[in-house]
Amino acid sequence: MANDEVILLGFWPSMFGMRPRIALEEKEVKYEYREEELMEANKSPLLLQMNPIHKKIPVLIHNGKPICESFIAVEYIDEVWKDKAPLLPSDPYDRAQARFWADYIDKKLYIPAKTIHITKGDEQEAATKEFIEVLKVLEGVLGDKAYFGGDNFGYLDIALIGFYCWFHTYETYGNFSIEAECPKIVAWGKRCMQMDSVAKILPDQQKVLKLAKVLRQIYGLE
Amino acid sequence: MATGSVKLLGVWASPFVNRVEIALKMKSVEPEFILETTLNKSELLLKSNPVYKKIPVLLHDEKPICESLVILQYIDDSWPNGPSILPSDPYDRAIARFWASYIDEKWYPLVVEFMKAEGKEEKAAVLEKISEGNLLLEEAFIKINKGNSFFGGDRIGYLDIVLGSLLGWVKAIEMMDEMKILDETKMPSLAEWDKRFCSDNVVKDIIPQPEKLAEIHRKFHQMKKATSN
Repeated sequence: MANDEVILLGFWPSMFGMRPRIALEEKEVKYEYREEELMEANKSPLLLQMNPIHKKIPVLIHNGKPICESFIAVEYIDEVWKDKAPLLPSDPYDRAQARFWADYIDKKLYIPAKTIHITKGDEQEAATKEFIEVLKVLEGVLGDKAYFGGDNFGYLDIALIGFYCWFHTYETYGNFSIEAECPKIVAWGKRCMQMDSVAKILPDQQKVLKLAKVLRQIYGLE
Repeated sequence: MATGSVKLLGVWASPFVNRVEIALKMKSVEPEFILETTLNKSELLLKSNPVYKKIPVLLHDEKPICESLVILQYIDDSWPNGPSILPSDPYDRAIARFWASYIDEKWYPLVVEFMKAEGKEEKAAVLEKISEGNLLLEEAFIKINKGNSFFGGDRIGYLDIVLGSLLGWVKAIEMMDEMKILDETKMPSLAEWDKRFCSDNVVKDIIPQPEKLAEIHRKFHQMKKATSN
């Protein structure tokens, strides 16, 4: 697909932003990545124009047309650049399972995860418990497979992997070991990090922790 | 062409179940409807949807598929010979999915919030937010339908099903609260679409009449009150 103009608006630590970026890398699509800022006031005119309803990243812009919401963008990428690295399974039932669990991650994992590092005390403890519970369910889904997609990295792996670079942050503030609770998930994370696409897109865990510390200072937690 | 048994766990009053019924009817698939009751969940439901314990659940060859939007896409994938539910163009698909997500995650929760709000002032505040959403949906409809009758073109599709399925309850809530949620003067195109959708052959025997839904709502609340006393 020569002469395609592909732009991805993201924010480096956002696990949502990582999803379409990894998908584009897997498909070896040439794209321009543009970094957006976290603060509302600093969002670029392009972002506000392309995603006027939610004003959020990621936004995939393909030949001037915006595709918003990370899972929608990943499915779009899979459908347009279908000749390489299929992301969704081909079997309808497996596809349904992949979509179900991806949605589960956003519904059930994201808020406890975020809460761990932006709160303290009882709220933080409750969030940590919930995070572990949800991650254990996902570990059950993974089972003994190399990837959620089976032998190959796919849609559900992309859905979860962005959280992996935040693990050190969750462990630090939640005061627990994810490896002790969910060893298969950690092993899976390390396996994914061996992939070029993932290694390129996921930021360093220390860098993420530094940002989390800044956020806590902004929230007045330290 | 998919074969195997098709069962649908649900209740006739659930808009999310109605979505699945409409989609299956589009594909000329007649499921075995297994009636659940909200207050007493069956073993089958708890086993088939251990994560959310909710209906609808589609059982295809006894394998469960949960979450209405996931089920709609599954039906489209599994019965490719019937009329398409999702558009064929990837960009149109992305747009349909975007608005389905907006409807389920932003718009309809506001409608539920409106129903639960107490007092005219609180309701009016929520109604204002819903009205903003209504304008977005009206604009989206005009952009997406490209001059045709439905979001899906000249026949109903994914987004018609997602939004249309909720209209029974929206109208029931309008009746119960005697306040307009869907203002025809502000959303004239959608008001016309609403009439077309509700009278469509595939839809008309599935979406319950608002009067019936309002009655069920009243009965349900009476029941809840009685059991909690």
